[in-house]
Amino acid sequence: MPGKAALRVRNLRKTYKDVVAVNGIDLEILSGECFGLLGPNGAGKTTTIEICEGLTEADSGEVHVLGLRWNSDAPTLRQKLGIQLQETQLAEKLTVFETLSLFRSFFRQGPGAEEALRMVQLEEKRNARVGALSGGQKQRLALACALVGDPELLFLDEPTTGLDPQARRQLWDLIEEFKAAGRTILLTTHYMEEAERLCGRVAIMDHGKIIAQGTPRELIASIGVEHVVEFSAAATTNDRVLDLAGIGAMAGVRDVRTENGSVLLHVTELHKAVPGLLDELGRQGIPLTELRTHSATLEDVFVHLTGRHLRDE
Amino acid sequence: MSNHPLVQLTLMRMREFIREPEALFWSMIFPIALAAGLGIAFRNRPPEVLKVAAVTPQLAEALRQEKLLDVTQLSPQLAEEFVRTGKVALVAAEAAEPAGGVVYRYDDTNPEGRQARMLADQAIQRASGRKDAISGSDQIMREPGSRYIDFLIPGLIGMGIMGNSIWGPGFSIVDARRKKLLKRIVATPMPKHDYLLSFLLWRMILLPVDVGIPLAFGAWVFGVPLRGSFAALVGTCVLATLAFSAGGLLIASRVRTIEAASGLMNLTMVPMWILSGVFFSSQRFPDLVQPVIKALPLTAVIDALRANMLQGAGFAQMAPQAAVLGAWLVVCFGLALRLFRWR
Repeated sequence: MPGKAALRVRNLRKTYKDVVAVNGIDLEILSGECFGLLGPNGAGKTTTIEICEGLTEADSGEVHVLGLRWNSDAPTLRQKLGIQLQETQLAEKLTVFETLSLFRSFFRQGPGAEEALRMVQLEEKRNARVGALSGGQKQRLALACALVGDPELLFLDEPTTGLDPQARRQLWDLIEEFKAAGRTILLTTHYMEEAERLCGRVAIMDHGKIIAQGTPRELIASIGVEHVVEFSAAATTNDRVLDLAGIGAMAGVRDVRTENGSVLLHVTELHKAVPGLLDELGRQGIPLTELRTHSATLEDVFVHLTGRHLRDE
Repeated sequence: MSNHPLVQLTLMRMREFIREPEALFWSMIFPIALAAGLGIAFRNRPPEVLKVAAVTPQLAEALRQEKLLDVTQLSPQLAEEFVRTGKVALVAAEAAEPAGGVVYRYDDTNPEGRQARMLADQAIQRASGRKDAISGSDQIMREPGSRYIDFLIPGLIGMGIMGNSIWGPGFSIVDARRKKLLKRIVATPMPKHDYLLSFLLWRMILLPVDVGIPLAFGAWVFGVPLRGSFAALVGTCVLATLAFSAGGLLIASRVRTIEAASGLMNLTMVPMWILSGVFFSSQRFPDLVQPVIKALPLTAVIDALRANMLQGAGFAQMAPQAAVLGAWLVVCFGLALRLFRWR
């Protein structure tokens, strides 16, 4: 039933001692979509997802999961959800197949352990001990453990954190397959590439609040820049100082910032901004040592909104 | 059937256990090694022969009449040196004139010296013509059931049940909590009582091994008797396992680190090793603390096992100890259910 709300969160709050982890957030995830909670470490993503998973109790606010509520329908909900937690270490002495058989035994229905192995492409590791798996294989096993109940809603908390790029891409392929099969997924991540690639819609979280929400394309469009130009100039030669104001005044430049000795420009039209920049540097007599451009990303959206990078902390 | 969560969870316990060689050693080989070591150390020896020295042929001849003395005749100087270095327990010499008689030189703080003094004097008095006023004869008792090893085996069985039942579940739970496996597992529809029950079920499966090994070893090697009802023996062990496992669950109900769990477990077990009469009778402690000692679960198990194995007690005679164990089971399990944290 695409379009029906699989998860609805209203005005959720959670405080730990003196830290406000979640500070009044609203979310609505539709059935069949892959929704991403993007934000730096400590933004409140894990607390939010664990409240939705029924593992943490909120101080206030409403959570409806698949139209049900945790305080009245927990046993039913547990059967319908697939959950992958951050940093779970499965029993090291069990084999992959034994682990899946164990998790499968907790659910009334769903694919068998063999089927789940196939879904995450771990067939060749069937009889390997969990302790002998690589990080990526452990993460795929954790994913399989979340799938054995044939969940209506899949929660993935930082599914690729700590993995090497190859293992990460492998996991993305799997998640894309689940997406294509029409599963509803809520995932948290602090990798903007991950959110951009996997998620139909994204909510950006910072300090317990959602600061922006929409499709990646909408979010990027909302900051009014399409491209980022980054350059370094040998500014100290013959005592000339780069005139940032002059560059900021160029047509199509929305924002100028310096960062680690480089200058970052947010621009709307790349084909006009780059020649303009070269002319301006020539006029100022400063040689260019490095020039890079990229299309604006969710990272740029986060920087635009908070002035910080996702992975600053 | 094999897809029931309880079966799968118990299989997990079994797999984790048999794939951990150290666990196998500590829970199976160690109790046997301990029983064998203590059994040898405290075995009933034939009465010991004491080495003594005499400085004259007459004295040596008189002393040789006593079978428990090994007599050497030595010069006075050499005899003096031997007694000082402990090579002989006593030297018998003629006393200087005018008093005459015999002088015994020995260390009176050494039990061997005192015993040698008694035996030597008795031999010399008899050789000099003393008659016993009344005749005595000996009847030797070395029956199985009254030896140290008979006392020890039930103690070791009780100690083994306590150790395995507390460490086993306690460590698994704290380890699973530390690795966030506990949190992961309650995020599934798994019935929570199945998780806790799987520990009890696994201890029950191991019970024949836990108890059977020291019991069979004692019976086979040392002839330790099994005089009471076997069903009552099994019943006591089952009840003890349940009570101590509940204690293990209680200890592990909130602890987050292995170190904290070890500390709590030692705090629970070490006093009982000392007080509950594993190695020596708990009767040696003052009367004032006896009610406390009797209320300890380990005392209850060991008293019940000794009564059963050595005195042939059945269900009826073991009821007080069963009541103590039952009370511990109910209290610990109730508290564990109330206090248990799944994350």
